[in-house]
Amino acid sequence: MIEASFLPAALSDHAPVLLVLVPMVLAAIVAAQPSGRFGWLAALIGVVSTLILALDIYGQMQASGAPVAYAIGGWQPPYGIEFRIDGLNIALLLLLGVMGTLALIFALPSVADEIAKSKQSLFYAAFLICFTGLVGVSTTGDAFNLFVFLEISSIPTYALIAMGAQKDRRALTASFNYLVLGTIGATFFVIGVGFLYMSTGTLNMADIARLLVEQNDNRVVQVAFGFILVGLALKAALFPLHMWLPNGYAYAPNFVTTFLASTATKVAFYALIRFTFDIFDPTASFVTGLLTWVITPLAVMAMVISSAQAIFQVNVRRILAYSSVAQVGYMMLGFGIASLAGVSAGMLHLLNHALMKGALFVALGAFSYAYGVRRIDDFKGLGQLMPGVSAAFTIGGLSLIGVPFTVGFVSKFYLVSAALERGWWWAVALIVFSSVLAVFYVYRILINIWVNPAPVHEPAIKVRRVPMMILIPLWILALANLVFGVQTDLLVGLAQDAARAALDGGMGL
Amino acid sequence: MTWTPELALGLALALPLAGGVGVVAFGRYPNVREAMTLIAAVLLAINVAYLVEIAPSNPTIELFEFAPGLSLKFKLEPLGALFAMVASGLWILNSLYSIGYMRGNKEKDQTRFYLCFTLSIAAAMGVALSGNLITLFFFYEALTFSTYPLVAHKGDAKARKGATIYMSILLSTSIGLLLPAVLITYFVAGTTDFTPGGILGAAGPVLSSVILCLFAFGIGKAALMPVHPWLPNAMVAPTPVSALLHAVAVVKAGVFSMLKVTTYVFGPLTMAATPAADALAWLAGFSIVAASIIAMTQDNLKARLAYSTVSQLSYVTLGAMLASPAAMLGAALQIVMHAFAKITLFMGAGAIYTGTKKTNISDMAGLGKFMPVTFAAFGIASLSLIGLPPFGGTWPKFFLMQGSDQAGHPWLMAALIGSSLLNIGYLLPIVINAFFKKPKDDAPMRPGMPPLLAVLPPLLTAIATFVLFLLIDPLVSYLAPVFSMEIAS
Repeated sequence: MIEASFLPAALSDHAPVLLVLVPMVLAAIVAAQPSGRFGWLAALIGVVSTLILALDIYGQMQASGAPVAYAIGGWQPPYGIEFRIDGLNIALLLLLGVMGTLALIFALPSVADEIAKSKQSLFYAAFLICFTGLVGVSTTGDAFNLFVFLEISSIPTYALIAMGAQKDRRALTASFNYLVLGTIGATFFVIGVGFLYMSTGTLNMADIARLLVEQNDNRVVQVAFGFILVGLALKAALFPLHMWLPNGYAYAPNFVTTFLASTATKVAFYALIRFTFDIFDPTASFVTGLLTWVITPLAVMAMVISSAQAIFQVNVRRILAYSSVAQVGYMMLGFGIASLAGVSAGMLHLLNHALMKGALFVALGAFSYAYGVRRIDDFKGLGQLMPGVSAAFTIGGLSLIGVPFTVGFVSKFYLVSAALERGWWWAVALIVFSSVLAVFYVYRILINIWVNPAPVHEPAIKVRRVPMMILIPLWILALANLVFGVQTDLLVGLAQDAARAALDGGMGL
Repeated sequence: MTWTPELALGLALALPLAGGVGVVAFGRYPNVREAMTLIAAVLLAINVAYLVEIAPSNPTIELFEFAPGLSLKFKLEPLGALFAMVASGLWILNSLYSIGYMRGNKEKDQTRFYLCFTLSIAAAMGVALSGNLITLFFFYEALTFSTYPLVAHKGDAKARKGATIYMSILLSTSIGLLLPAVLITYFVAGTTDFTPGGILGAAGPVLSSVILCLFAFGIGKAALMPVHPWLPNAMVAPTPVSALLHAVAVVKAGVFSMLKVTTYVFGPLTMAATPAADALAWLAGFSIVAASIIAMTQDNLKARLAYSTVSQLSYVTLGAMLASPAAMLGAALQIVMHAFAKITLFMGAGAIYTGTKKTNISDMAGLGKFMPVTFAAFGIASLSLIGLPPFGGTWPKFFLMQGSDQAGHPWLMAALIGSSLLNIGYLLPIVINAFFKKPKDDAPMRPGMPPLLAVLPPLLTAIATFVLFLLIDPLVSYLAPVFSMEIAS
């Protein structure tokens, strides 16, 4: 893709810290002025600059074949905070850049529609802070700093979800619910980090890893792993810690749902992989035991139970939200398999799921923009009224099921291979079963869109044309589902590099 | 640009799709729109005729390799070429007939109808020409999706319910059983390419039995009992669609896939070593007899024909499971012969409906006077389906009987003979009643003339069943290498 750094040295040398600084500074500027349009533009600049910087870092890594490390303020690790980017988190940074950009293009008409004018600049400021936090989590090489960024990303998220209250007051309870649970998750995580600090006296990830090698029998370390696992699993919405997610996704503004669904839980999943494989000793019995006997059963329960729950929802966004919990289950299964193939499959599904859910939620945004529909019964006849958007939604839905020649098939294929490699036939059966359940919940929506006749409205409801700003990202995402379903080299390569970085090289490539 | 084998292979998919674009583009002008369908159909048939000619040279297209050994691959071989020829040839007649039927019954949304028709044909071509299981699976699903709007065409509650059953059974079996079968095959064999002699030689008897059962029930389109209910439920569709389902594309794609899997994925040697094959052959025999008996109890003509299809196409499954050379040859011939006979019957049923709006057999007494051509065609097709000479349907039964003996199951011949007797019982009375019975007194008999386009096509296909009887030599010598080659290996 990109072979070397392309930015001037002055920028490229400081790229890791700029990743975080640019959106953070822009957030402050946006918050200080009243214009929503300026806020949008600044947010777009922030996100695109992140994408460009991430590409540059990717180029640097390709050229040198080594991770990119950056000591903040010149304080060398382990004393100062280190930003460190290797094959694992570069995939996340690229994902954040791409999905953030596409979601923001969609944001302009969607946010103008859903958020009061006076609040728009603050909305974009909150988004930028949230984005800063997510980028920070994916960049930092310091365990406590990761906690800080996790909170930086979470707190604006509560606000962003609550902004949905203008359309549906239930967004407020959804947001409060997430606030309580998210705070509990963060607390668990920081307690875990505290235990690690107790037993090693350092917070730099590589340093902790070095000092933990001798301490597998230390009860404090084992407890730390448990706390960190629970805290991050809550953020990643691992069943049964997913309770905040369905309502949060269902009542947040369309743009927020689109962005969160394709990025937020992914970042927590990344942190989980980072801690498990790079900081703790993945061969230690307490790690393998938890992965096999806790994470894996919960993952398959998520795949099956949440898919089944999705079938019975009436709000389409809740269908997709439960489906997201199920998809987290697929990723977690890859994580639970804990082999190179398993983690690559999990990472691949992470990337692919962002493409699917991105396309689906942008399409829902388009439906909502034109007709204000959310309930599945109101989707009747949309296929005839909005064939283009419906077709894009259908592609996303097929990909979610895992029909061959879509990205959904590719990641399930790799997941099945990984499960077979470990001899887990039962997991394969459950993946298939969960896919059949996915057929049902996608089918329920598609049948209303394409087959059932539209109800007759007297007087006719007001309809707005869907602007290009929504259609363009929608079709980019929908076609990406097909293109990367047959041209698998790029994403599979990224995912495999990521897994290799996580499993083989400690912090290295 | 010259007409190369690879180009022709691509055109087989592109022509129906181009026809679909034409249909949408000229949706406002019905005459031009139907001309688009017909042009596409004729060009496709010519193209496929060329493919039939060159099939033994196995031209191949491989497009994207998205995982090691998995790609979008098309490979021509005689079995697929024959299925493609049947589907594309019958598409011409079915299109002509559709014009007569759809206009005669003033159906709505005809543009969508013709569009979905072209898409289904494109999908059927994809199934016929696929070079590996994953490609076959993809087009198999595409066929389900593109026929769904056709089945639900009338749009009322009954049509939607039938279509929902159609879709749910086909989708859940394919995703739940067929896709796992494909994946397991891949993980066992390392490839899913269709290879003469099969690729599953390494699998033990238990594993190959599991895979075979997954295929047999996962290919729901083959309507092997107990996954058949979608077929009778799909009869809510307009009659040209029923013809498409039963004769041209859908069920045919199912049994074709079944035959293709046992021929090119398992191969006769592996089939012989797979214990489940025998059980499935007996299940197919049961399916043949049971569906015939159910057919006898149906008074609705299309429902009776639907169960007849379940029975007749289990012949193909039976042949595929027996896997002896003669049985597989019989199965392949049955795909062709049944197509012509069954499309005649359905087009006849549609012509009766267009002319008289009658759907129940008991109301059709005495109609022969008014529609002699239709009922004559119906009678000929019935005789062919029963398996009487001089009609095409004779040959598959002949080879299947020979094959069941070869495979060491002489008792299955009883199922074949019993089914033929039952066929006589449920098909001939329809014709006899129409010609020789007095109409019911309470039904005033003033049938309107069905349009010429609804009468002529069934007559042509009825004549074709006779021509096919004579063409058996070239057909057998065309197909023989496919099946005998494996005996050698």
